[in-house]
Amino acid sequence: MTEPLIFERGRPGRGARAQRPAREFSCDLPASTLRSAPPLLPEVSELDVVRHYTRLSQRNFSIDTQFYPLGSCTMKYNPRGCNSLASLPEFLARHPLAPESASQGFMACLYDLQELLKAVTGMSAFSLTPMAGAQGELAGVAMIRAYHVDRGDLERTEIIVPDAAHGTNPATATMCGCTVRELRTGAHGDIDLDKLRTLVGPKTAGIMLTNPSTLGVFERQIETVRDIVHAAGGLLYYDGANLNAILGKVLPARMGFDVMHINLHKTFATPHGGGGPGSGVVGVGARLEPFLPIPYVVSGAQGWRWADRTDCPKSIGRLSAFMGNAGVLLRAYIYMRLLGRAGMPRIAEYAALNANYVMAQLKRAGFDMAYPQRRASHEFVLTLKQVAKQTGVTAMDFAKALLDRGFHAPTTYFPLLVPECLLIEPTETESKETLDTFIAAMAAILKQAKSAPQEVKAAPMLMPVKRLDDVRAARQLDVRYVPDRADDPRGELSVAGQ
Amino acid sequence: MSEIPSELRYTKDHEWVREEDDGSWIVGITDHAQTALGDLVFVELPEAGTEVSVGDACAVVESVKAASDVYSPLTGEVMTTNGALDESPELVNSDPYGEGWLFSIRPESPVELEELLTSDDYERLLVELDD
Amino acid sequence: MPFIPHTQEDTAQMLAAIGVPNIDNLFDEIPADLRQIDLRAVPDALSEAGARRLMQARAAQDRIELNFLGAGAYEHHIPAAVWELTTRGEYYTAYTPYQAEASQGTLQLIYEYQTMMASLTGLDVSNASLYDGASALAEAILMAVRANRASNSKHVLLPATLHPHYADVARTITASQGIRLTLLEADPVSGRLDPRALEPYANEDITALVIAQPNFFGIIEDADTFADWANDHGALAIGVVNPTALALLKPPGEWGRTGVAIACGEGQPLGVPLCSGGPYFGFLTCAEAYVRQLPGRLVGRTVDLDGRAGFTLTLQAREQHIRRSRATSNICTNQGLMVTAATIYMSLLGPEGLRQTALACHAQTRALTSAAAALPGVEVVFDAPSFHEVALRLPVNAARVLAGMAARGIAAGVLLEPWYPQLENCVLVCATETKTDADIERYVGVLAAEIETPGASQ
Repeated sequence: MTEPLIFERGRPGRGARAQRPAREFSCDLPASTLRSAPPLLPEVSELDVVRHYTRLSQRNFSIDTQFYPLGSCTMKYNPRGCNSLASLPEFLARHPLAPESASQGFMACLYDLQELLKAVTGMSAFSLTPMAGAQGELAGVAMIRAYHVDRGDLERTEIIVPDAAHGTNPATATMCGCTVRELRTGAHGDIDLDKLRTLVGPKTAGIMLTNPSTLGVFERQIETVRDIVHAAGGLLYYDGANLNAILGKVLPARMGFDVMHINLHKTFATPHGGGGPGSGVVGVGARLEPFLPIPYVVSGAQGWRWADRTDCPKSIGRLSAFMGNAGVLLRAYIYMRLLGRAGMPRIAEYAALNANYVMAQLKRAGFDMAYPQRRASHEFVLTLKQVAKQTGVTAMDFAKALLDRGFHAPTTYFPLLVPECLLIEPTETESKETLDTFIAAMAAILKQAKSAPQEVKAAPMLMPVKRLDDVRAARQLDVRYVPDRADDPRGELSVAGQ
Repeated sequence: MSEIPSELRYTKDHEWVREEDDGSWIVGITDHAQTALGDLVFVELPEAGTEVSVGDACAVVESVKAASDVYSPLTGEVMTTNGALDESPELVNSDPYGEGWLFSIRPESPVELEELLTSDDYERLLVELDD
Repeated sequence: MPFIPHTQEDTAQMLAAIGVPNIDNLFDEIPADLRQIDLRAVPDALSEAGARRLMQARAAQDRIELNFLGAGAYEHHIPAAVWELTTRGEYYTAYTPYQAEASQGTLQLIYEYQTMMASLTGLDVSNASLYDGASALAEAILMAVRANRASNSKHVLLPATLHPHYADVARTITASQGIRLTLLEADPVSGRLDPRALEPYANEDITALVIAQPNFFGIIEDADTFADWANDHGALAIGVVNPTALALLKPPGEWGRTGVAIACGEGQPLGVPLCSGGPYFGFLTCAEAYVRQLPGRLVGRTVDLDGRAGFTLTLQAREQHIRRSRATSNICTNQGLMVTAATIYMSLLGPEGLRQTALACHAQTRALTSAAAALPGVEVVFDAPSFHEVALRLPVNAARVLAGMAARGIAAGVLLEPWYPQLENCVLVCATETKTDADIERYVGVLAAEIETPGASQ
C-alpha cells in the first residue's frame, strides 16, 4: 500500500504543456549567472499530478472525514462558505501593496474584524499581523517588555509561566530577552497562589496564562492572580488557545488581561491545512496600544488607511512582510458575521455541553478523570495511569487503536503534569451521535485493553502504514529523495543521498 | 531501579563523573537519565579545548521525545570527547557508564569536587523525585 | 444556530447524563461578575446568502484590471488543478501530521516538497516551510547564530538592497537576543551591493552575511563574490532568493567556490495567489552540516513494523529545546496548505515549465522597460541586468501618476521614495508571464497620458 513518489511517476520530457507560457523566449543573461543543470522537479503529465495528489489526499484523516477530538486544537467544522467568499477573485487578485483607493473593500473587512474581536474580548485595539499563535505570543511578550522599557523600568525581565503551559511560552519569553520563572499548579488544577506571591516582585515583567488552563479547567482565582501581579507592577498575558471555552460568555479583558493573542485557526474555524496557515492576532488594553505591531487599519479622511511607523513610533515593528495572513483573516471575519451576536455565546455553551457530556459518559465507562471534581471547560483530561499499570496499555496505544476505529486520536501526553493522559476536546460542531460512537469506541478499547492488551498495542492495523520507526527516522535522516539511489527503505539512507 | 555505581560521583542534573589516573575526569549521564530520555538519536558534544564553568550547558543529548542539556559538573578545560557517539548515540543507552561516556575535563577548582554527590546521595535524590 | 447540530431533545438528554438542569450550570465555576458580558457591538447573524451579498459588494470595490506590482509578491498563472486539489477536504481540514499513520498523504507530500526545494536552491535539506519569506530570513539569521560555532559576535551583515520589510521583520524578531544587524550600502549607479562595503569588516568577527538574489530592485547581484567573501571570513552565507528565478539563475548552493550555508525566501510565486499578502510560505534550506539547527518541522522517510516505507515528522525534540546561550526560536508550525499548493504547482510546471515561466517574466519586463524608457523623461534608474522587475524614474510627481493610473484600473508600480529618500519619483514595476504585449502597450499608453497631463484621469 505504498504510493510511489511523484518523481517516480515521471519520464524525461513529460510535462503539462497547457500550463506553460504559450510563447518560448530566449535568454539574454550572461551564462555565469545561470543554472548549470535543471532542478529536480517532477516530469509528469497533468493527469499524473491529479491522480497522485488525489490518491495521497485519501491517505489523510481530516475534519471533513473524521471526528478529531484533539484537545487544545479546537477542530471544529471549517465552513465552506468562508472559504468560498474569502476566495472571491478580487480578494485573491489583490496585491498587498495595491493603492488604498483600490483596497477599501478589503480594508473594511479587516477594520470590521478588528472591531468584532474587540467586542468579544473587551480589548481596546487589535493588530491582525501575527501569522501564528507563536508569533502572537512573541508580539505580546515583546509589547510587555516595550511597555516597561518605555517607562524606564529596565529591571523587569522575568516572565512567570505555569508548569502546565505549552512549550512555546517559555521559548517565547527567552526570545524576548526574558528569563522564565516557573509556577506550580495545585492539586485541583488551580495555580498555587502562595508560590505566585513569592515569585512576583520588582523584576516581574508579567505572567503568561491560558484560561481555562491547559488542564481543561477554569482558573477560579484569576481575579486574585490579576491583583497580585498588577500590584507587583507586572502585566498579564492571555494565551487565547482555549478561547472556545468562553467565547461570548467571558471577556478576557475583564479577567484582568492586558494583552492576548487569539488563534483564528482554532476559535474562528479557519482551516488547519495539514499544519497551517494559522493566524495569531493580538489584542491589547489601552496601556499597550502604542506598541502594537504594524500595520493595522484605521479610519482616515478618505476612507480606510494603514497605520504605519509614522502613526506608531513606539510600535514593536513588523512581524510579516505584508499584513499577515489576509486570507485567513477574511475567513475568520465571514465566520464571525455568520455567527452574529446570538451565535457567539452558543459556541462556548455547546462546546462545554459536549465536553461535559463526553466526560460524564467516559466516567461511567470506567475511565479516570484527572480532575473529577471539576467541571470540564471545552475540554478535559483523563489519565490512563492505572490502566497502563494494570495492563501495560498506554495513552499512545489508545490513540493508535482509535485510528483503527475511524477516529483521530485526542491529544496525548499533554499536559505533561498528568501521566498517560488524553486531552479531549469535542468542539460544539459535533452531534450527540458522533460523541456516542466515540464513547462506545473508547469503552470497547478499554475492554480490549483488559482482555487482549497485545491487540491494542499492535494498533493501528487498518491504516496505510503500521507504527513507524521514529528512532530510525531520526538516526538515519532521509529527508529528501535522490534518484538512482538503491531505494530500499531498509538500506542505509543519508540525507544528502549517495 | 536504575543502576548507580558506587565508585562514581554524581550531580543533581543526572550526570556522573569518574576520576582518571591522569587527573582528568570523565563525564556521562546516568542510567536514570538515559531511561527517561529513551533511545538517543543524536549527541552534541563540546569541542576539545573549550573552557567550561560548573553548571554551563555544554552538551545536548537528543532522543525522539526530548532534547536535554548536559551541564558541566566542573569548571575546567574539555580534554577529549567520545567520537564513537557520532555514529552510535545508542551507546549512551546501552552502556551509560562505560562506552557511552561523553567527554573528559581537566578540573580547575578542587573545591567543586567536594560538592559532587556520592552514590548514596544520588540514590536518595532519585527516591525523592519519584514521590 | 449556525454549525451547531443539537436538537432540544439532544440537549435535554445530554444535560440529564451530566446531571445539571441547564447549560448555564456548566459555567458555575466562573465567578458571576466575570460572566457579565455586553455584545451589543456585534451585529446580528447573517445567513450565508447575506454574507455572500456583503462580501461581493466589498470585493467589487477593489477591482483592478492590470497588476504590475512586484516588490515581494508576484502574480503568476496558477493552473486550475492546484487549488481544486488543495481545497479537497482531506488536505484543507487535516491537522498537523502528529499521528503519522493517519497523515501519510500530507507527510509524503511534504517529503516531495522538501526534495523539490532542496534541489531548487542547490542545497541538501529543506524544512517543511515557515510563515513567510521575511520571517524565514529572521529564522535563518537565528539559525546562523546557533550554527556558527567559530563566531561569537552575533554580528550579521544585511545589504541595503534587501526588501525593506524583510529587514524590519528581522530586526523585530531578533531584537532581544543580542544580535547586531548592520546594513551594507549599495552602489547608487548599479543598484547592486557594493563589494567595497565589506572592506571595513575584513578583520572583524562576522557571524553571517545575507545576500539577496535578485535584490529588492530586481537587480542580479554578483552572488559568487559575496558567497566567497563569507566563506573566506568565517561567516555563514545566507541567500535570500526568488523561487521562480531559481529555475533559471544559479542557485545558492552553487554560488562561489563552496555555495552558501543557508537559503531562504518567499514561496508565494509557486502557486499561491496574491491574496493581499497572505497566507504565503517561507522556505528554508541548508547544507547537510547544519540540519540539526534547522528550525520548524521536518518530514523523514522510515519504515513501519512490516518494513513498509512510511513518512513521519522527525527531529521534533529540537523544536522545544531552548538554547539559552546562542539563539532561540519559538516556531512550531508550518504553512501546510500553501506547501500543498506549491508542491502541486511545481509538479505541473516541472523544470521546463518553470524555466519558461522565468524566461517569459524576464522578457516581458525587458519589453516593458524598453517601451517605458522610450517615453520622454522616463529613465531606467539602475544600469545592471535584472530578473523581472525594474526601477523607473519619472519626470513628474510619481505619486500622482500612480494615482491616475489606478483610477484607470492599473496598479502601475510601487513608490520607492518612502524607503529610499534619494529615489525621488522612482517606481518599482514588474511584468510577469501573465502580462501580454497588449497589456504592456496599454500600460505605456496610460503612463504617457498621465505624465503629459497628471491627474487628467481622476
